[in-house]
Amino acid sequence: MTLLNSLMNSEGPINLHNLLAKIPYAQMLGMDVHRMGLEITTVLPFRQTNVGNPTLPALHGGAVAGFLEMTAIIELLARTDNKVLPKPIDISIDYLRSGKPMETYARATVTKHGRRVSNVQVLAWQSDPEHPIARLHGHFFLKPTETS
Amino acid sequence: MAHVPHAQQLGMQVVQVRRDACTAKIPYDVKLVGDPDTGVVHGGVITSLLDNTSGVAVTCALDEFRTMATLDLRIDYMHPATPGADIFGYCHCFKVTRNVAFVRGTAYHDSPDNPIATSMASFMLGTKGSSVHRYSQETAK
Repeated sequence: MTLLNSLMNSEGPINLHNLLAKIPYAQMLGMDVHRMGLEITTVLPFRQTNVGNPTLPALHGGAVAGFLEMTAIIELLARTDNKVLPKPIDISIDYLRSGKPMETYARATVTKHGRRVSNVQVLAWQSDPEHPIARLHGHFFLKPTETS
Repeated sequence: MAHVPHAQQLGMQVVQVRRDACTAKIPYDVKLVGDPDTGVVHGGVITSLLDNTSGVAVTCALDEFRTMATLDLRIDYMHPATPGADIFGYCHCFKVTRNVAFVRGTAYHDSPDNPIATSMASFMLGTKGSSVHRYSQETAK
């Protein structure tokens, strides 16, 4: 049984927390997710292993990018009945501020939800959502389900 | 890269440096997997490799050490990485202006002609604070 099938067996929406728990890379970053109604916020706790510049210190740009990409994937999974994980086609990241050694949050917006491809934007912030530290926009390939 | 905690976490190692370019690799590890059904590593691993290798390529291309910050990074994913295979990243800093450096990169297994992903990054030079890229260069030498 595939990962998503095993999580979709129960009634109701897919349990995003259980999904993250089964993805080794998300566990390595330390990612968690909070769902409040339709709003999904992901959390990247501060971990020394996510640091890119120990003298500042600042989070690694790649760790921030991976966190944003995973946030986009989670948002797409929560909105669709996809049986496979969405695959990134291209991503573009704007680094706006250095990531301080503290908790980071992210929220994704699906700009266009197509039949095969979705366009997603993700913003990451720390203490203040008005002052984002990074922004991702990208295209993700969705394998159509049997019904679509 | 030995002084970059996240690069250490991913197992990143410098393979070769040139006047304006750097090759690094990440050996396959199950902890990097993004899709447990297939064993394919997460895109964030490729992004980290290309981001970090691009930064080292800029340091190599500069005549003297300067601090820098990534302005933007674009990644195009060509095909999934093969489970079990090491991933290499080759990044070339092809232009340095007074304030900005531009870098192209490729992630691959056997040959850059068959890329897993390609990248384009720009770096702002002379930003405040110190940068770990200095250590990366020293390690590479």
